[in-house]
Amino acid sequence: MKCFAHLLTRMVRRKGDMARMGSFVKKEFLLILRDKRTMLILIVLPIVMILIFGFAISIEIENIDVAYYAHEENSDITQVMNKIWSNEAFNNAGRCGSIQDASNALLAGQVDIVVYFDENFGNPPLGGKKCSVELLVDACDPNTATSSAAIVNTIISQYYAEKTDSAAPIDAHTRLLYNPTMDSSYNFVPGLMGLILMLICAMMTSIAIVREKETGTMEVLLVSPTRAWMILLAKVIPYFTVSCFNLATILLLSIYVLGVPVAGSLGGLLLSCMLYILLALSIGLFISTVMKTQVTAILMSIIMILLPTILLSGMIYPCENLPWPLQYLSMIVPARWFISIVKKLMIEGLPFSAVLHEFVVIFVMLVAMLALSVKKFNDRLD
Amino acid sequence: MGLGVNIVNISKKYGSTVAVDNVSLNVAAGELLGIIGPDGAGKSTLLRMIATLVLPDSGEIKVGDYDGIADYHSIRRILGYMPGRFSLYQDLTVEENLDFFASVFGTTVTANYHYIKDIYCALEPFKRRRAGKLSGGMKQKLALCCSLIHHPEVLLLDEPTTGVDPVSRYEFWEILKRLSGAGMTIIVSTPYMDEAYKCHRIAMMLNGRIVKSGTPDEIIQEFDKRLWKVTGGDVYDLLLVLRSCPEVELCNSFGNSLHVVADTTKEKLCSFLAGNGYEDVLVEPLSPTVEDCFIEYVVGKDGK
Repeated sequence: MKCFAHLLTRMVRRKGDMARMGSFVKKEFLLILRDKRTMLILIVLPIVMILIFGFAISIEIENIDVAYYAHEENSDITQVMNKIWSNEAFNNAGRCGSIQDASNALLAGQVDIVVYFDENFGNPPLGGKKCSVELLVDACDPNTATSSAAIVNTIISQYYAEKTDSAAPIDAHTRLLYNPTMDSSYNFVPGLMGLILMLICAMMTSIAIVREKETGTMEVLLVSPTRAWMILLAKVIPYFTVSCFNLATILLLSIYVLGVPVAGSLGGLLLSCMLYILLALSIGLFISTVMKTQVTAILMSIIMILLPTILLSGMIYPCENLPWPLQYLSMIVPARWFISIVKKLMIEGLPFSAVLHEFVVIFVMLVAMLALSVKKFNDRLD
Repeated sequence: MGLGVNIVNISKKYGSTVAVDNVSLNVAAGELLGIIGPDGAGKSTLLRMIATLVLPDSGEIKVGDYDGIADYHSIRRILGYMPGRFSLYQDLTVEENLDFFASVFGTTVTANYHYIKDIYCALEPFKRRRAGKLSGGMKQKLALCCSLIHHPEVLLLDEPTTGVDPVSRYEFWEILKRLSGAGMTIIVSTPYMDEAYKCHRIAMMLNGRIVKSGTPDEIIQEFDKRLWKVTGGDVYDLLLVLRSCPEVELCNSFGNSLHVVADTTKEKLCSFLAGNGYEDVLVEPLSPTVEDCFIEYVVGKDGK
């Protein structure tokens, strides 16, 4: 009988806890919905970022103005230039009157590449005499310069091989796997997912908690029967929901607007994303336990989250190209592992077992972060 | 109904600043105690320590039979605390704030409405207004409602009337009187000396210490010096002249009059003033207020 009564009181208390949790979550949603700036960051920012990266910021090669210079016009030069200009990445920028003209045009930014044929090119016909072609490339943007120069180079070599019937010494065919059209969305969608989810979950959650400290509402909440874990959990649930919504938006935009497919298991991808969202939320909790004001929370988020995620995750520079100390540092950047998962599952179409390693790393980070935040959380003011 | 609060020798330091210095205080169940002191006296820190938000460096606090350090979760169930600045959700409406805080304490507004009815009736017409858009007095009333909705045994209010108009202040104190009459223990801090009379007992706080405590009458009776009120003439010039008088211990301005502590007679004071060219000023004996006692204590220690 006594045992039964005990059970009953426990159940009643648990029911009270549930009701309390419900009203906490409701309050949090109301606050998010009523704060226009928060809404803007949570809902509009991810969409805008995807669209900007998708359309406005293009790291693909296009609109390259190619001119040429030759001592004398001949049919070989005309044909090879027509081949180059027929490539959709290149525009016809005509012929330069002199070497001086060519370098002036490059300086002024009117042309990006000048193909310089020496006097032996096509005169006598190709193969008769040793000839050379020089490419003058505006390499202010090194990525574009190397890629576009490589294409021009290939076209000229192919033409030469056709004309002289002598295959190039080594015939290296390049086949672009997984991203045959070299569409840059394939590279930035995983990176952007890593960034946006981290930004929304970690930064917004930490700001939301620190704001309660700053406005004093935390003081009132602490002097109540509400336990600390409940205050924190009640913050996590709404932001988890919003993040899942963001995840869905990003995936739908990537698939239907940017044309990035989900080649591998969608279930595995969603599971990994949710794990990553939880990790980001726990980082947010940790920041909020250490910081006292919204401004410091934002600064901390930028230093702890934004910069490493952009610079050390492989989103912009491949991690393999980093100096070795930074390579080690990048090991603790969650986005690095997450981006690797998304690339494997979404673009390379590998099965879930291929990302198990990364999955476990993120899981361990999550446990560590949660343990750290719980240890750091203070249910007093000082 | 109501629990006593027992504080023994508590201290709190922030870095090298001593916020609360060896304070002991006994508050009986159902008592309305005012902690009176200037800004920075340590009132908020003291209240936060009672509210279990700040751990004292040393000393003991007991709320009823609960220990302030070991049983702080139990204390938090029976405490109502209203912080010094407005600490509700500005983006939630009056009604939503109240509902939320009711559920935080595991109750509902409907179940406990009778506890807050008197205060809430003034807010009712604005219940759909955002808390951030309320006037100062309304905000404080709402905050009081939120800290009362679970009917606490002990209510802690940190400067609830600061920035509130006189009418609202009066109403606020009427409410507190009624609550303590019903048996609630209330500790309220205020920088306003005139509010001292509304309390059963007051504790004067200065530089982290409680310098005097007792009922307002006791404190006034302890004032054993003669007090004079001087009016007429330019207040500032008069102040300087009076302070130059050897018999005057203390002279301060209260609006357009001066309160003078001097162990002398009216005639002597008048002739001193006449000797300095002030013949038309009015000198009359004055019974001291709590403020006089406080100023006498504060300034009396550091000379004139």
